[in-house]
Amino acid sequence: MSLATPRYGLPAAAWRLSSWRLSSWRPHRRRRVLADVAAWTLGLLLLVWALLPTYNMLLIALDEEGDTEYAGIVWPAEPTLDAFRVVLSGDYWYLQHFWLKFANSLFIALATMLITLVIGSLAAFALGRMTLARGWLLGNFPVLTYAVPASLLVIPFYRIMRVYGLSDSLWAVIAADVTFTTPYAILILQQYAKLIPKELDEAAQIDGAGPWQIYRHLYLPLAAPALAAVSTFALLFAWNEYIYQYILLTSEHKMTVAVAIAQFFDADEAPWNYMMATAIVYALPPVAIFFALRRWMLAGLTLGGVRK
Amino acid sequence: MARDPALYGELFAEPRYVTTAINTLLYVGFGVNVMMFGALLLSGFFLRPQWWVRPLLAIFLLCWAMPAVPAFASFHWMLIGEQGLVDALLRELFGVDGPLWFNDPWLALGSNIIAHIWKWLPFWTLVFIAGRLAIPQEIYEAAAIDGAVGVRRFLHVVFPLLANIYVVCTLLATLWTVGDYTTVFLVSMGAPARSSDVLATLGMHYAFDAAQPELGVAAVMSTLPVLVPLALILMRRLHAGELQL
Repeated sequence: MSLATPRYGLPAAAWRLSSWRLSSWRPHRRRRVLADVAAWTLGLLLLVWALLPTYNMLLIALDEEGDTEYAGIVWPAEPTLDAFRVVLSGDYWYLQHFWLKFANSLFIALATMLITLVIGSLAAFALGRMTLARGWLLGNFPVLTYAVPASLLVIPFYRIMRVYGLSDSLWAVIAADVTFTTPYAILILQQYAKLIPKELDEAAQIDGAGPWQIYRHLYLPLAAPALAAVSTFALLFAWNEYIYQYILLTSEHKMTVAVAIAQFFDADEAPWNYMMATAIVYALPPVAIFFALRRWMLAGLTLGGVRK
Repeated sequence: MARDPALYGELFAEPRYVTTAINTLLYVGFGVNVMMFGALLLSGFFLRPQWWVRPLLAIFLLCWAMPAVPAFASFHWMLIGEQGLVDALLRELFGVDGPLWFNDPWLALGSNIIAHIWKWLPFWTLVFIAGRLAIPQEIYEAAAIDGAVGVRRFLHVVFPLLANIYVVCTLLATLWTVGDYTTVFLVSMGAPARSSDVLATLGMHYAFDAAQPELGVAAVMSTLPVLVPLALILMRRLHAGELQL
């Protein structure tokens, strides 16, 4: 092969295909061509697969009348951003106090994230760094929470929160969300903490550091990638969650955006372009946070990458 | 709330409960296994050296970052029938009439499964990518000398090393998927005539639409004989293996 030969991607695959018949036929070359073509096909399929629902959202949100789903078109005739204006100014019955609802969603997500981080890191630290008798049992015990899946506990939660006087309170949702994010957080953080050498703790102890100082100055900085992974997980969990927000919050000014979006389905004649525009606005923060934290998060889950 | 044994007799006598239990079994069985195996294969794909794989992974992970309610509402409108985007695309590109997705119980169930996989596949792919990266390069090199490349490397090197992570993740995904309410609630909405319900949506329907909270809780409790052993196996697995998630 000369230096001008394309080595990667579709040009390379095309080049190999064209030279395939000319050159002497060799099995390993044929295999590489097939592998390249298969990889490109799979890549294109994945691209369509990943983007189709998002494209559908944009298609409906940009439509003038909001009845694209009844028109059977694949491209809006006269795209307009009017739906986004309506959403951002709360100019529709279901979208009243849009920013308040947005703030509620944000508050729930951030509080869930912070409490999960605090509980998760403290629990993982106590279980992993301090020697407790039968600590492993305690460490794996939170996973039992998942024996009864989240949405199946809504009815009991609803009753308990009423007893606690937390009905129609954002804290009820936060408490529920934290219940279901902490077991996974403890799991991830515990696994990650195994990579931090115990000798560091011992060295710090000789220097006179107590458990709290070891936690603050040694454990937290070293576990940062896993903490990033866990925060993303908790944040996305709260942002994905619908049923608890729907059941536990009843009044208009405690409502969240997720509930507001699903509410559109209650009406027969709802403007779907407003619904989809709301959906897109609601999707922006987690996507932004995800991209901001992506590097750390991959490192947090990539345990092999940090192993020396 | 669901102490009364007679309640379970009433529950099992409900024809809808039986359909729903079968639906849940299929939803979880197909959904989780297809998703996990797909994630395992895709994690290998996303470690290919080509320049376009990294950006594609970022776009692919977007599905996970996309909140559930918007994503599933979009799925609902995409599959709403001949006016939905999927059928419109089928017509424009291939000239075929797509099916009415929510008029057939099986197609509706399938749509729910696809939507669930769409949302959660990236997360598990990411976990498996992390698992694969944790395999030291020397093992691959040693295996290559012994002739294990391609499919054989996957079967005899990658898969055994990831087996414990795979089992643990599958168990976790199973427990999470049984409790998945949002997908069925928004994608098929139980259509046609509540025949694509799963236990999570049926329990809620009993409790809040039909004003029978006890029956709703009983429907939920009937999953525990399966779920509690699964959770116990998960606990043991976590303790047993040097696990990396």
